[in-house]
Amino acid sequence: MDIPLLVFLALAVVTVIGALGTVLMRNIVHSALFLIVSFVGVAGIYVLLEADFLFAIQILIYVGAVATLILFGVMLTRGVRGEQPQLNNQFLPAAIMAILLFVVVLVPVILNSIWPSSTQPAPTATTALLGQELMGTYALPFEVAGVLLLIALVGAIIVAREH
Amino acid sequence: MSVPLTYYLILGAAVFCIGLYGALVRRNAVGILMALELMLNAVNINLVAFSRAVTPGLLTGQVFALFVIAVAAAEAAVGLAIIIALYRSKRTVNADEVDLMKG
Repeated sequence: MDIPLLVFLALAVVTVIGALGTVLMRNIVHSALFLIVSFVGVAGIYVLLEADFLFAIQILIYVGAVATLILFGVMLTRGVRGEQPQLNNQFLPAAIMAILLFVVVLVPVILNSIWPSSTQPAPTATTALLGQELMGTYALPFEVAGVLLLIALVGAIIVAREH
Repeated sequence: MSVPLTYYLILGAAVFCIGLYGALVRRNAVGILMALELMLNAVNINLVAFSRAVTPGLLTGQVFALFVIAVAAAEAAVGLAIIIALYRSKRTVNADEVDLMKG
């Protein structure tokens, strides 16, 4: 067994355990902490795929910002006192059926398809190349993403404001 | 690339299915939001894996992953704002207790 495969398996286990913890934990704070574990696992996967800029972004945005935002959300919405909240809604059997159907369709497609592959080496540093792509080919989507973030920011402030 | 593309796709499918489960069955709206983030991460794994395996020089998949991250950040901010506004008016964050828009 070669080392990248072992690293991949370790990262995959971390990611999947984090994901399972996120959806199965009773305590929503534990869920949020497991979500961080999963994000870090995905960041490791990016390293393995030689996407160094995305690794940094994953740590900064997801582990740094989104996880903090979610923990703030948890903190601000707790305090439903007295009752022990039931974890899942009544759709559990339907959800499991839907996911099984999805797996039955998806996994054979993944395993039986012949995916195109290239033996070309990946660029050693992706940051400059990504910047050129974003300012060149993808300039318009890049600007639209900026406007979207601005609108989301203003909208979030207006929605969450106390009247 | 020594790890086959299929492995990454299976990992992405697994994380997506776990996220889908969470989004469908969780009652807590913050839990649903976290499950959505998991699903978006699964999509990103697939995008970056395809980018690395198919066109390593072009980085198209990585650019798309960046856009997905931007949209996910916007979604998390707006989603949490809605949840906080909901908590203020209804004193609950359980998605199945909120039926204001049910006919």
